[in-house]
Amino acid sequence: MRDVAIIGVGMTKWGELWDKSLRTIFTETALLAIDDAGVDRIDSMVVGCMSSGLFTGQEHLASLLADYLGRTPVPAARVESACSSGGLALRQGFIEVASGMSDIVLVGGVEKMTDVTGCEATYALGTAADQDYEGFHGLTFPGLYAMMAVAHMHRYGTTREQLALVAVKNHDNGSRNPLAQFPFKITVDGVLSSVLVADPLRILDCSPITDGAAAVILCPAEMAGKLKKPAVRITGSGQATDTIALSSRQDLTWLESTHIASQKALAMAGRKIGDIDLFEVHDCFTIAEIMVTEALGLVEKGAGGRAVEEGLTARDGRFPVNPSGGLKAKGHPVGATGVAQAVEIVKQLRGEAGDRQIKGAKRGLAQNMGGTGGSSVVHVFETE
Amino acid sequence: MPTPSRDWREFPQRYRLEAGACQACDFVAFPLRLVCPKCGGREFVPAKLAEAGRLLTYTIIRVPPEPFEDQAPYAVGIAELDDGVKLTAQVVDCDFDALAVGMRVRLEFRKLSEDGAAGVIHYGYKFVPE
Repeated sequence: MRDVAIIGVGMTKWGELWDKSLRTIFTETALLAIDDAGVDRIDSMVVGCMSSGLFTGQEHLASLLADYLGRTPVPAARVESACSSGGLALRQGFIEVASGMSDIVLVGGVEKMTDVTGCEATYALGTAADQDYEGFHGLTFPGLYAMMAVAHMHRYGTTREQLALVAVKNHDNGSRNPLAQFPFKITVDGVLSSVLVADPLRILDCSPITDGAAAVILCPAEMAGKLKKPAVRITGSGQATDTIALSSRQDLTWLESTHIASQKALAMAGRKIGDIDLFEVHDCFTIAEIMVTEALGLVEKGAGGRAVEEGLTARDGRFPVNPSGGLKAKGHPVGATGVAQAVEIVKQLRGEAGDRQIKGAKRGLAQNMGGTGGSSVVHVFETE
Repeated sequence: MPTPSRDWREFPQRYRLEAGACQACDFVAFPLRLVCPKCGGREFVPAKLAEAGRLLTYTIIRVPPEPFEDQAPYAVGIAELDDGVKLTAQVVDCDFDALAVGMRVRLEFRKLSEDGAAGVIHYGYKFVPE
């Protein structure tokens, strides 16, 4: 297997982009990544997108995007694993370069979510759950994560305030990210007085509906040295599945797929979790970040709530989590999220993260998750 | 709107609580499966779900998906039945304040939703306090 480097990244401002189509959002971002890398060719494209069909009525997406990028006839594939589609696209691109099949691969993620009503978007997102045995009973995604929160609070004593502190921390980070959908701070009182969505989760516990894309350019590490940007290597990649029906899990308070994917990625990189300087994780809801920090092994089982309260995961803490603002403040265009996590880590490792720079960061980890943890993808990134 | 066959083929599970017991181990599959996730066995014998159990977690849906718009707010939960099977359903005939982890519930046959004014009416099980 060849070593793989990221030599270019691209991301534009995320939000409700009424004036831009799916193909335009993607193409703008892909061009930024191509220009950042300074490459004059790409050999292949992989695009993560959860549901262009339900959100915009458009399938056959990879060819459409290759066309509008002016790159036909390059091979292009679209991959889907719900909200971890972007992370999975990165993994497929990594495998393609590592295997020797292609040299320069564009990995993108995109979702255009505001061409449908909020009700239709809720339905589209709900297809990541078990339609016949969860959706059929009126479950929504906030509802599923709310049930994980109730179980976690009951078992470990996690508090409502600790959940709120995740959102407050990530908005504080996001206030320093000019590309974030919501680049402003919020308060614990603000979270606790926001409208209930699925008890105990309130609207400010939830990541938003977002239009956006992100892209990176991969190539063999040995080729990266000849290009203009400092290379960041992908040293570990892991993926795992779990039941998509929450009720089928052994333990409602534990994300086994994230645990296994992270163990695999760290083993490939030859690192321990304590070797990592910063983390971008899947905080689709506040409880999710708490459970992810436990599954990654940053803290003991059940200690994720206390960890955020004690500042362990703050920008200046021992384990900075979501310096980009996370899904909560940066936004969550589902198929783009996993690729955007890689973009943030590359910026951090290059020292290009501006006001939110984690000083001296050399190693980062990204964790991207589908559904309630029915799939997880984890990557480890390093620079010299 | 899906054709009625999508609803019809789930009737055994939703109307009669039919499950499958793995012949090689003690796993009870609900809904039915072809492969046992515990031991890999492929032989199942018909079984019927236990009709009561204990609530493991719950929530109150305030922002519903479209077919449930006229029902919100409503409670849903995951219960572990007395045969060890865990399943998801609405919790009804219960004040929201009375919902608690560990509360005893039993399954009842109820109407769930409708496919618009002229479509299929969906029935199935819900939890009620025991």
